[in-house]
Amino acid sequence: MKLSPKWKQRIAFSVLGLASVVVIVPVIVIFSILIEKGLPAINWEFLTAMPRMGMRAGGIFPAIAGTMYLVLGTIVVALPLGVLAAVYLVEYARQNWMTRMIEVAIVNLAGVPSVVYGLFGLGLFVIFLKFGSSILAGSLTLSIMVLPVIITASKEALSSVPQSFREASLALGVSKWQTIRCIVLPNALPGILTGTILGVSRAAGETAPILFTVAAFYLPRLPKSVFDQCMALPYHLYVLSTQVPNVNPKIQYGTALVLVALVFILNFLAIVVRAHIRGKKQW
Amino acid sequence: MSMIEVKDLNLYYGDFQALIDVNVNIDRRKITALIGPSGCGKSTLLRTLNRMNDLIDGVRITGSVIIDGEDIYREKTDLIRLRKKVGMVFQRPNPFPLSIYDNIAYGSRIHGIRQRGELDRIVETALSRVHLWEDFKDRLDRFALNLSLEQQQRLCIARLIAVTPEVVLMDEPCSALDPVATANIEELMYELKKDYTIVIVTHNMQQAARVSDRTGFMLLGRLIEYGDTGSVFTSPRDKKTEEYITGRYG
Repeated sequence: MKLSPKWKQRIAFSVLGLASVVVIVPVIVIFSILIEKGLPAINWEFLTAMPRMGMRAGGIFPAIAGTMYLVLGTIVVALPLGVLAAVYLVEYARQNWMTRMIEVAIVNLAGVPSVVYGLFGLGLFVIFLKFGSSILAGSLTLSIMVLPVIITASKEALSSVPQSFREASLALGVSKWQTIRCIVLPNALPGILTGTILGVSRAAGETAPILFTVAAFYLPRLPKSVFDQCMALPYHLYVLSTQVPNVNPKIQYGTALVLVALVFILNFLAIVVRAHIRGKKQW
Repeated sequence: MSMIEVKDLNLYYGDFQALIDVNVNIDRRKITALIGPSGCGKSTLLRTLNRMNDLIDGVRITGSVIIDGEDIYREKTDLIRLRKKVGMVFQRPNPFPLSIYDNIAYGSRIHGIRQRGELDRIVETALSRVHLWEDFKDRLDRFALNLSLEQQQRLCIARLIAVTPEVVLMDEPCSALDPVATANIEELMYELKKDYTIVIVTHNMQQAARVSDRTGFMLLGRLIEYGDTGSVFTSPRDKKTEEYITGRYG
């Protein structure tokens, strides 16, 4: 039997449609399971109290706070470094083998498995630079991991600022650096921020890089300085699921839900920032 | 003495020679037009006058451009001073995505003027000069990109004269505008030549004939003919000039 073109088209569309549905199924399933099993655990105490009874009761506040500290530390280190590198690559560097090498390095850095970053951080920051297992070492390790994302996003944001703005500014006798500071960066900032938030939200959920560099197994108090260890949500979740016997699954799912929610809030923030630029941008 | 003297200027983009032995003297407080078909090097020549070509990789230049007695292609030329003195208006109006006020005040602020009163005065003078003051004196916080194209181009001219240049280079300043707006900008240029030396690149020959005092005709990187606009258009010395202005090619 020969199929008519109309039927062929219908079949093709169905296959394509099915493929896109399959993609969103895991998201829906993960969310519904987390909400169904985790939501009962979420209450004020869970979010704000210290864990008790070997983490089998009480809250997960130190882990939430620890992840917040790490996110903040990562932004403080990686944002300036990434933006400065991007400015150099887009505005100053000439196209030659050096810059091509740097670009290849950035792409490859993005592909390094996160556990390798963890071991690198252990070697460099924890042991060699003697920071010990600390928020400082963890933030630096996460920073190196998100740096390629921030540099790539910043480069794109800088390149999308029209060349005519730069020319207009230079033609007024404004120096190149002043042009970058007063015209290029302000116009690229929203794009840079979006990229940074997306990068950092990925870092917030990573376990491997913080495993050896900062995460504490059980530390029912808040860190006092950047040289202290802290708990962190992804590692806490791992501990609850594999290292502590007889944990109420409610607490495990609740912790997972909080982590996913945190990452989603960050991503949502990025979307809001981006929508805001789209609304304002008119060139 | 001429404002600008270009001597034996050659410019190469990599292996391609875009300007060949160009010699031209540009008079103070006159409008000089550069005409010629696309790709003849007229914009390139214009952009050598404030060294905007420096932004492009692989450009090599020989010869000299002397502005007010100073060769701008010497090693120690201060590009910032040069571009304050020799400003540029571009083909597409390119105001910054800021308010009208901030667009005009931008250059002055960067050059160190912070006092509100003085900035206000600079903005008013510049906007009056381009006839935008009456329309916008109560709406200086309007977003510049919401203005019409003609108003945007006026704004760009005002932004430039706010930093008090002596030479204004215009790279096809009307090509994005409709005929009425074009006529208005041409009138503005005519008013401005009292105080500024203007060099305009255009491929609209009528425009060159209407506004300019002197005209240069360029072809394939060479300045073929240069002289008073009247004589270039009515009795060109070179056959190629004649063919171009009578519309044989272009």
